[in-house]
Amino acid sequence: MKEIRVCAGGACIASGAFSVRDALLKELKEKGLDGQYKIVETGCMGMCSRGPFMVVDGVVYAKLNERAVKEIVDSHLVGGKVVEKYLMALPEGQKVKEAFKEHPFFSRQVKIVTRNLGKIDPKSIDDYIDRGGYKALEKVLKEMKPQDVIEEIKNSGLRGRGGAGFPTGLKWEFAAKQKSDRKFVVCNADEGDPGAFMDRAVLEGDPHSVLEGMAIAAYAIGAQQGYIYVRAEYPLAIERLTVAIDQARRRGFLGKNILGTDFSFDIQIRIGAGAFVCGEETALMASIMGERGQPRVRPPYPVEKGLWGYPTVINNVETLANIAWIINNGWREFRKYGTEKSPGTKVFALAGKINNTGLVEVPLGITLRELIYDIGGGIPGGKKLKAVQTGGPSGGVIPADKIDTPIDYESLTALGTIMGSGGIIVLDEDDCMVDVAKFFLEFTVHESCGKCTPCREGTRAMYEILDRISKGEGTMEDIDALEELAVVVKETSLCGLGQTAPNPVLTTLRYFREEYEIHVKEKRCPAKKCRDLISYVIDPKACTGCTACKIVCPTGAIEGELNKLHYIHQDLCIKCGSCMDVCRFDAVFKVSPPIKEDEKVQSS
Amino acid sequence: MDRDKRFEALEAYMKEINYDPSMLINVLHRAQQLFLWLPKDVMEFIAQKLRIPKSKVMGVVTFYNFFSTKPVGRIQIKVCLGTACYVKGGDRVMERFLEELGLKEEGQVTPDGMFSVHAVRCVGACSMAPVVLIGDSDFYGRMSPDKVPRLVKKYKRLAEQMVKEGEPS
Ligand SMILES: Cc1cc2nc3c(=O)[nH]c(=O)nc-3n(C[C@H](O)[C@H](O)[C@H](O)COP(=O)(O)O)c2cc1C
Ligand code: FES
Repeated sequence: MKEIRVCAGGACIASGAFSVRDALLKELKEKGLDGQYKIVETGCMGMCSRGPFMVVDGVVYAKLNERAVKEIVDSHLVGGKVVEKYLMALPEGQKVKEAFKEHPFFSRQVKIVTRNLGKIDPKSIDDYIDRGGYKALEKVLKEMKPQDVIEEIKNSGLRGRGGAGFPTGLKWEFAAKQKSDRKFVVCNADEGDPGAFMDRAVLEGDPHSVLEGMAIAAYAIGAQQGYIYVRAEYPLAIERLTVAIDQARRRGFLGKNILGTDFSFDIQIRIGAGAFVCGEETALMASIMGERGQPRVRPPYPVEKGLWGYPTVINNVETLANIAWIINNGWREFRKYGTEKSPGTKVFALAGKINNTGLVEVPLGITLRELIYDIGGGIPGGKKLKAVQTGGPSGGVIPADKIDTPIDYESLTALGTIMGSGGIIVLDEDDCMVDVAKFFLEFTVHESCGKCTPCREGTRAMYEILDRISKGEGTMEDIDALEELAVVVKETSLCGLGQTAPNPVLTTLRYFREEYEIHVKEKRCPAKKCRDLISYVIDPKACTGCTACKIVCPTGAIEGELNKLHYIHQDLCIKCGSCMDVCRFDAVFKVSPPIKEDEKVQSS
Repeated sequence: MDRDKRFEALEAYMKEINYDPSMLINVLHRAQQLFLWLPKDVMEFIAQKLRIPKSKVMGVVTFYNFFSTKPVGRIQIKVCLGTACYVKGGDRVMERFLEELGLKEEGQVTPDGMFSVHAVRCVGACSMAPVVLIGDSDFYGRMSPDKVPRLVKKYKRLAEQMVKEGEPS
């Protein structure tokens, strides 16, 4: 029986993957082909902006709907003729059949963590086993001593993918050395960085790879119990993990006497409740134990005193998904990818102002330019790249002129940002750096757990300064004060949240200080984003008097009759931008500094 | 489901996990699923069954964003304000929802008790930004403010239906 793979990743489901699947089932039945084809619902295939996807005989069809499915069944399956219009196009416009091999978005990737994504049905343990799943666990249990496993991971140079980049093998070794009859392994699946969805895709698309990684870690350090801490925002991931754990237990990969050995290990799921700080490992442990998720001072580190005081290894989802591959293929093979200090690959989530949004796994050391232009297809709408934000609220911005920097832990730190969990937000000329800094500070003010003063008060003070600047009420002294505060908060906060919270401020100041100064001195927002510093106006030359803007305006600020020039009353305008969205003639534009009612704009 | 049935369902869940107090957060999730938010008597019930102080339950509930100690609309509109959604204009989508529903701020409930609008953090669908979730499972990607009025209309009809069918709240 031949396989038809349909992407059932989160984004594809949202764009209608299930109705595509149902249409496919129906068409196959009608054509009497249901005995010949098996539909496999897979995890995320990566290019979320073009879903739903379907793969038949290696041919990749994108942007599907029910009608497309009917055409494909008629033409491709029955007639043997590929339907060109649903194929993916190369950047030059040429359509390709086997996009996974031919399109640069896919062809430049190296799939270790995402090896099974888009290939197997995440609900089927047999699919996972057919592709070599649980072989590594078997090998470890039957052929290797715990110390051998640790050596293998140490040699691979694998570093934690949760943000800090701590060597995984070393962490395991510390935990293994602890003398204790109870130990724990925890998978950090909190993925709190807004704009990141790598872990979500792995959990939803290949949950067994995470379970296998956890079981191997448990064997290496001598743990009996594991927890997966998943954020509540990922219900599908929770569902798939629940199914996977149950299957693994029934097949003897989890539970008592795994694979007939005397090694026993089981896993429970714990659900987060929407607190960013719970991604931090000490806060996460508190949360697992059912407490308020407040961090504590380290040391002692979790490997010494973790859950309920016992040695605990905490690893990120992606870190764990690497493990079985390394055991199966050997550390030398792993080190063929990436750089000396940052071996292997990293999964990145591309989002923001970029053509190909989605998930990519690439060797570390690749440059941002390759990632954004060759793989990501560049910036939409002919706009200019302004900066790239990495590491979420703990990271910073990298200006466009630095995008030839290789992506590895050290290079990003040198630029003032961090690798973080792998969220990459691309910003273009319409994004204001003061606004971006303010956005992240608002986030950290809200998410600061309040336990230590520098973080609680310092982030608030920084936010207030940014707010003033964004309203044109800031002074030059404010900018200096902001910078000083940032340094204090960074150096004196208790946990990683506070220690990294100033990064968005520090990097925007470092690379875009002039933009701050323009806000202060000229009361102007060059990107025309900061609301208090802009006005919407209508271009008399372009306005056709179609009334679309007048109809949509929620406050009745627009005046004008059909076929006559329209006008925006500044005193009524709330700057929601709806008029600009609906105008088909590009007649609405923004100016900064703002104008007053009755003030004429110099034509732009 | 009437109120007593919900308490029963909650107790059944606690029994399933052997009244393990370290599972408090999971229990609260279950409670919020059943009651939509966490009224005081529900929290007291949990404290009593798990044999932990009420203050402990309150402490945990107030720490986490996900839990609400105030009533919410029967149909909740969740607007993502994660980074990707924000840079693509999620804040403007948010405002438009508030305006269309005549609400002053997020978290407020419409007088008929049907709707409330909430800002949420990244829901992991950044490639579809800006993103809105309505009710339990309706997902809308690539949103813009001018798509809001139509959606509001659609759900107002649904709300009317819910009232007509007399589903107890
Ligand atoms: C504020 C804060 C949030 C964090 N959030 C996450 C997260 O969402 N996921 C994650 O894996 N690690 C997160 N971390 C890092 C963890 O503390 C920890 O370093 C990591 O889970 C260790 O796993 P690794 O060595 O495999 O990376 C966060 C750290 C801080 C300070
Ligand atoms: S930022 Fe909205 S889904 Fe990620």
